Amino acid sequence: MKCHHCDSQATVHLTQIINGQMHKMDLCESCAQEKGVTNPDNLSIGSLLDDQPSKPDASTASMTCESCGTTHQDFKKGGRLGCEACYHVFRPVLEPLLDGMHAGINHLGKIPSRSVEKKSVVENEEMLRQALHKAVEEENYEKAAELRDRLKKLQAPSSTSA
Amino acid sequence: MFHDLFFSKSKGKAPKPCPIALSTRVRLARNLREFPFPGRAQSGQKKAVLSKCMKALEKVKNLKACTSVELDELSELDRQILVERHLISLELSQSDESGGVVLSDDRSCSVMVNEEDHLRIQVLSNGLDFQKVWALADSLDSGIESKLDYAFDSQLGFLTACPTNLGTGMRASVMMHLPGLVMSKNMDKVINAVNHLGIAVRGLFGEGSDASGSIFQISNQQTLGESETAILERLQVTLDNIVQQESMAREKLMEDDGLRLVDKISRAAGSLKNCFLIQSSEAMDHLSLIRLAADFGLLPEKFRAIADRMFIEVQPGHVQLSAGKPIEPGERDRLRAETLRKEFIRMPHLNLDTQVD
Repeated sequence: MKCHHCDSQATVHLTQIINGQMHKMDLCESCAQEKGVTNPDNLSIGSLLDDQPSKPDASTASMTCESCGTTHQDFKKGGRLGCEACYHVFRPVLEPLLDGMHAGINHLGKIPSRSVEKKSVVENEEMLRQALHKAVEEENYEKAAELRDRLKKLQAPSSTSA
Repeated sequence: MFHDLFFSKSKGKAPKPCPIALSTRVRLARNLREFPFPGRAQSGQKKAVLSKCMKALEKVKNLKACTSVELDELSELDRQILVERHLISLELSQSDESGGVVLSDDRSCSVMVNEEDHLRIQVLSNGLDFQKVWALADSLDSGIESKLDYAFDSQLGFLTACPTNLGTGMRASVMMHLPGLVMSKNMDKVINAVNHLGIAVRGLFGEGSDASGSIFQISNQQTLGESETAILERLQVTLDNIVQQESMAREKLMEDDGLRLVDKISRAAGSLKNCFLIQSSEAMDHLSLIRLAADFGLLPEKFRAIADRMFIEVQPGHVQLSAGKPIEPGERDRLRAETLRKEFIRMPHLNLDTQVD
């Protein structure tokens, strides 16, 4: 496989989902270094794909997080958000990305005991119920069973206190 | 000096021999509620995060026996050694201000402060053992969470600087020794196949796919939309599959052209016994073949553990650690060769009775 930028043998293979589309790029060691792709964990492939046409969108282009100053442009370029509040500000542009990036768009993992407010627990129950419904519809019974157990666990403390 | 920590041999437990998986790691990305993420934080805010986190970490039960350091206090060499041991990331080692790390004395846990996220909690173990490593990371995380308010969203989970870490914030990885797949030129196929399953394959230090020493780091790419256990189970299935593929590739190599393989291994052994100047990547490739020979029963079992230890000791930082000071690359090659000769001079000839006619 040849490097995207020169003809050397490509040894670094990048995959990223941008706007729901999968983009692949193969680079040789030295081009990867030059482009700053030394650590794929912290990669922003967006800046490498300079041949990708970016659609100007007036409604999202002016988005700025008032809390930390991150702009939509910053996010597009670096692929990182600046603070907790960014996740509210940029949610409209973020959600379509998450769909292709992850296995789902709802958190099904650990919930921190301390920072959880009553409200988010309720939301989480609702979310789990939805996910359970979806899993049953998809006949993914293994996942459904896991979700059901999680739901039971979540409901347990409130039912005992009541 | 900080790196004195590494002169003391770790006590008691010998690493469990596991032919293909070298080590397991789980890392959790966490951020504090009231501060911008490190990439966006002002100098003063980063300092505040560092001191807040270090204070909180002191009180965490699982981290009682540990060493805390701020990156500013560490020399270049100390930082490099920590990276080579996978105890801190390359990104943190290059951090210009307010980076910190807390390391448990048995070196199984490390918590990085002000890396890409405020906290990166990491647990390492020999061999392949997700259950143990996740249980430890989980309890460490809960301990820290009881002292600090995490940025958390009921839909998106733990909020991280990069959306690729959202949700669980968990990256689980296993370091695997896959010389069979590399030699039979099947590694690209494996990488492509597992990429489709949302699983990433990187080199030993993440720098490229065809890593020296045939060591690969295999990890989950997706962190949101599944529970931690579901992610680990899925990863485990893929890893079991890779182990199977690797074993088959090894068998086939030995069956098809055993003599060539034995020749390769024997020459690697010769190089390690007789080298006077050697670079780390060449040393890694020879060590990989020694490890393979031990797996095949061509060398006594203990040489697998020796190869595993030497994989780290031939790294540039560790060669300088044994010299006790920073030294130039040419001198490092000489010293590395000396260490390897000493280690392998008494290595027996390959036991060919069972393998080759």
